[in-house]
Amino acid sequence: MQISNTIATGLKDWLMGMGFSATTTEMIATAVWTLAVILFILLNLIVLVWLERKFSAFFQQRRGPNRLGPAGFLQFPVDIVKVLGKEDIIPAAADKPVFRIASITLFITAILAWAVIPLGEGMILEDLNIGIFYFIAIGSTATISLLMGGFASNNKYSLLGGMRTVAQMISYEIPMVFSLLGVIMMVGSLRLSDIVKAQEHMWFIIPQGIAFIIYFIATVAETNRGPFDLAEGEQELVAGYFTEYSGIRYAIWMIAEYGNLVAVSTIASIMFLGGWNAPFGLTFIPPFLWLLIKIYFMIFLFMWVKWTYPRIRIDHLMHFGWKFLIPVSLANILVTGVGIYIYRMITG
Amino acid sequence: MLKTQELTLNLGPHHPSTHGVFRCVLNLEGEYITKAVNHLGYLHRGIEKLAESRTYTQFIPYNGRLDYVAGMLNEWAYVMAVEKLMGITEEIPERAEYIRVIVGELQRIASHGIYFASMALDVAGASAWFYGFRDRDEVLDLLEMVSGQRLMHNYMRFGGVAADLPDGFMNKLDKLLNKLPAAIEEYEGILLGNEIFRARTVGVAPVSREMALDYGFTGPNLRASGVDTDLRRDEPYSVYDRFKFNVPVRQNGDTFDRVIVRIEEMKESIKIIRQAMEGIPEGPVMAKVPKVIKPPVGEVYSRLENAKGHLGFHIVSDGSTKPYRLRIYSPCFVNIGIFPEMAKGLHLMDAVVALASLDIVLGEIDR
Repeated sequence: MQISNTIATGLKDWLMGMGFSATTTEMIATAVWTLAVILFILLNLIVLVWLERKFSAFFQQRRGPNRLGPAGFLQFPVDIVKVLGKEDIIPAAADKPVFRIASITLFITAILAWAVIPLGEGMILEDLNIGIFYFIAIGSTATISLLMGGFASNNKYSLLGGMRTVAQMISYEIPMVFSLLGVIMMVGSLRLSDIVKAQEHMWFIIPQGIAFIIYFIATVAETNRGPFDLAEGEQELVAGYFTEYSGIRYAIWMIAEYGNLVAVSTIASIMFLGGWNAPFGLTFIPPFLWLLIKIYFMIFLFMWVKWTYPRIRIDHLMHFGWKFLIPVSLANILVTGVGIYIYRMITG
Repeated sequence: MLKTQELTLNLGPHHPSTHGVFRCVLNLEGEYITKAVNHLGYLHRGIEKLAESRTYTQFIPYNGRLDYVAGMLNEWAYVMAVEKLMGITEEIPERAEYIRVIVGELQRIASHGIYFASMALDVAGASAWFYGFRDRDEVLDLLEMVSGQRLMHNYMRFGGVAADLPDGFMNKLDKLLNKLPAAIEEYEGILLGNEIFRARTVGVAPVSREMALDYGFTGPNLRASGVDTDLRRDEPYSVYDRFKFNVPVRQNGDTFDRVIVRIEEMKESIKIIRQAMEGIPEGPVMAKVPKVIKPPVGEVYSRLENAKGHLGFHIVSDGSTKPYRLRIYSPCFVNIGIFPEMAKGLHLMDAVVALASLDIVLGEIDR
């Protein structure tokens, strides 16, 4: 983090020295940071897709990609080059403007969420005082993009996929927010850096274990990954809301989904796994790396679940969300509130 | 002005879960099916008609193209019918009969393996798919050793089999049979015992005993609905009367039972192969049959227990080298007939799984 801060201050000093005004300097520095975050997401993507393929291969007793680069590591960049060369097919009956922007808006929401996600102490674009609230709000807008894609395609499979997405996302947004509420109550702040600071001595996964599990389940549904990938449902809906997408537009859907996956994993690490705090006093590993390790642990969990379980049926999904997750998360909030009240009574 | 309208969804012929080129037109209310209509014939190659212009021997390889995941059993069914027509059923050497039983049961395991795999894929358990295919592949390795081909074996002959078992076959078979029970146990772990899988299959798309009989179900689908029948036991052909095996029967006839019956059958097939390995005699593998097959004038109907049900061949001979008329009774064709009835009221997701549980192979349905 020192390095990043040094770079940031150095950049600002240098720009000031060039004779820019304070506002311009701030703007340029923010632009550079934004670019750095986007680069981080895209570079992450190469690793993620490679990991997903290797993990799924491991679970399925095969080798996975092993031709391009070491252990098939360059498969994804080459795939991207491939999809860039594909024809951009837009169905004649589609709602063309909506069809065109649907995948891009999802990508934008995936990037926007990163504005408030810290990757280390001070390594944050904008340390908003309503950080986690902003993240949830941006995350909810992703639903609209999926719906836009599903409806604009003018395809029955896409329509069904879009319908499922809305039902699923709205239902699982609620337990996700409730599960985060417990942590926020304990910290008393919505600022993500405050939340990490509060976990210096104890990670919130210990007092908020149930909330962590609820958050995990709800985010699997939120990111449309198996076993809750009903919106794609390739067995019955071919590819769900992006059935009609091809070429780079399809790739952007996938990139955005992986971007969301990293975002929710990061939030899980920050809210429940202590962020960049080192466990057991292992401080020789830099905080940024610690966070990265935790993020990738979460991603591994997501992939493990995806490649193990069959897909759940939509009515079971709804029952599970409304009749189990929401009551349990509400009970968790109640218990947390009572606990905090008693704690304050004791400590005065 | 708001109004609701039923959605007509054309499922197939190009669709990931129709197991080939099956087309079904569904009326959907929300995602629940109100009406389903089967459309068959996209893979029609006129195999029955082709038989009329081929000699009896030339038609053997076409059988592998019927039910292309259980080719050996199809060849056996055809060969058995012609042998019955020629009246040489008694002359087939015992060793040939034992070999037929071994390869036939291996083929049954392979077919059920692919059933489990495609079932897993239709509930989106992609990992379980690989487990099924892993074991099927090892079985196919053995069948390749015997016949030189993995799917279209062309191994059966009138009066026996094309060649004796190759050296080292028994060792490899023994190794595989030792491995298979553990592999089938793994199916339990990865899919069959899974809570989500059970929720998706138990009680879904039940076919009652009466309905199964009315629709003419045969084979594992009928046994899943509680009818205790198996041609291998009830009208034993070949040397099946010498083996001891159970016929797994389940009572509910739902999707889950149809899967379990087949998993149990895989275990029974292993038992049969074990007994056949012990009892196999030495000797020739071909009876003395004329070079040119000219069955006497007459007709014959013969059937056997295929991996999907009763596979029957009705052959009419006019005394020439070619069949006058050949008709195939296809179990898959009969089983698919219930789908429109079964799909009514089902969720779209469950309909796909129910379709997979019927174990259809379009090559045999359309012929």
